[in-house]
Amino acid sequence: MLGYLARRIVFGAAVLVGTSLITFVIAFVVPADPAVALAGAKADPQTLASIRREMGLDRPLYVQYARYFNRAIHGDLGRSYIRRENVTQLIADRLPATAVLAAAAMALSLMLGIAMGAIAAAYRGRAIDNALLIFSLAMVSLPVFWLGTMLLIAVALLIRSFPLGGYSGAESLILPALTLALGSAGYYSRVLHTSLIEALDQDYVRTARGKGLSNSRVMLRHAMANALLPLVTLAGLDLAGLLSGVVLTETVFNWPGIGRLASEAIFNLDIPLIMGTVLFSAFLIVLINLLVDLLYAWLDPRIRLADAE
Amino acid sequence: MSARRWLTLEGVGATMVASLFVIAIFAPLLAPHDPTRAVAPTFGDPGAPSLAFPMGTDELGRDVLSRIIYGARISLTVGVAAMAVTMTIGVAIGLCSGFFGGATDFLLMRFTDVMLSLPALLLAMALVAVLRPSLFTILLVIGLVSWTQIARVVRAETLTMSKRDFVLGARALGAPSGQLIARHILPNVLPIIIVMAALGTSGTLLLDAALSFLGLGVPPPTPSWGRMIEEATIYFRTAPWLATFPGLAIFYAVLGFNLLGYGFLRRRSQ
Repeated sequence: MLGYLARRIVFGAAVLVGTSLITFVIAFVVPADPAVALAGAKADPQTLASIRREMGLDRPLYVQYARYFNRAIHGDLGRSYIRRENVTQLIADRLPATAVLAAAAMALSLMLGIAMGAIAAAYRGRAIDNALLIFSLAMVSLPVFWLGTMLLIAVALLIRSFPLGGYSGAESLILPALTLALGSAGYYSRVLHTSLIEALDQDYVRTARGKGLSNSRVMLRHAMANALLPLVTLAGLDLAGLLSGVVLTETVFNWPGIGRLASEAIFNLDIPLIMGTVLFSAFLIVLINLLVDLLYAWLDPRIRLADAE
Repeated sequence: MSARRWLTLEGVGATMVASLFVIAIFAPLLAPHDPTRAVAPTFGDPGAPSLAFPMGTDELGRDVLSRIIYGARISLTVGVAAMAVTMTIGVAIGLCSGFFGGATDFLLMRFTDVMLSLPALLLAMALVAVLRPSLFTILLVIGLVSWTQIARVVRAETLTMSKRDFVLGARALGAPSGQLIARHILPNVLPIIIVMAALGTSGTLLLDAALSFLGLGVPPPTPSWGRMIEEATIYFRTAPWLATFPGLAIFYAVLGFNLLGYGFLRRRSQ
């Protein structure tokens, strides 16, 4: 287990180095001069030159990257050009709102997805199975931002006093979480459906049936216990997709999270904030996938044994 | 052919996709009005759906139905062309990774892992904003952020094919790598590539719509479904139809490609 753990951590770190290289490259595609962005368009050449020297912009690219990387691993993501604040602090301020939204959406999509997948597999080949298949395909085909807008319209027409945007307690969480959850729920239900059908054809399920256990007991205790495992990994991998959805959902609902911070940074071409939010998202994704991998290996010894070979 | 044989996922999906192409190609014949001109008497305020304007008119007095019909052109162009870029990158990386193995495979797959850890939409937004939105940038950027899944699937398929007897035989006869890939592996990987292309187009359509919604799509006045929704958000209380119809159009297009791809995928696994 320790060897497995070590390999996963090294792998995660390598991926993070890769993502930091990509964000660094983005910053260098930008036509805007960071010195001009900081000092303003009217600054004289001497000021600009001294800012460039101070920021290390006159050094070779690999030196600049090494500096950037060294600061990033110490938690220093630089200062925002527009807001003139520490990027790490800006992200930390917005993190709770995004974390609440993402966690609520994840929980909701898993509940919905597991229920739909299980019902479809239990009624395999029947009308309800086909209906759920089409329904889940429809869910993954919904544009997140349109679903959010439609929910806003529906609620605005039906309920007069419902929070329609912003972050103000549990009620305001319902619409954004639902918006974000539906697409993933459709996806999860398909994956669970496939792995449940596979599990139901296994010998241990036949044995359980042979013992005379009830259908629901076989389904929940035996088949589900094994079929749920792939879903755990998938939910971890889907996090990158969830964070993309977060950007849109936060825009529609005016939710004060990292997604809106990132899109504001992109529209202002605020390079340190763009690099910071992209790098931080990648860090979260790598970290959570690492935890999921470990959880998976702990739950299923075959994984760590197969990996050791 | 009986009606029942057509009533499959892929049959319905193919019909939906075909109808989109027909609408896009014959847009000038089908659209009742010019999509970029004010035609409604209610200039300045959105007009509600009526007999003359079945989907209503927007705040500039333009006919929503005509804009949606013309919007099919840009959405399909971007969706399909971005898919072509995505497939080119994904198939090339997947084939090389699966065929050559070893260090090539290791490096390409680690690069894929890196790309998978970046939120595609954020990356696409940053790239489009930096490179300035234009049809070309959008195609390129969507392709650059969407190829990972295809590379993985093509790699897995290539790995199995490389170990088949007919490939090993051709290799033993001294066929060069390029010929092995082009003559023996690619034709056999093609079915899964086609399935992935259908499923992937739903992804590129959604990404394009999201970018348009965020104001990073193909610049105006070209009607685009995503931007129509963005422009409609401020009228969501007074003119809800403005946001409703373009969204239904996106949903219809994405669902069509998903049904097509998923239907083929299911038939393949049976």
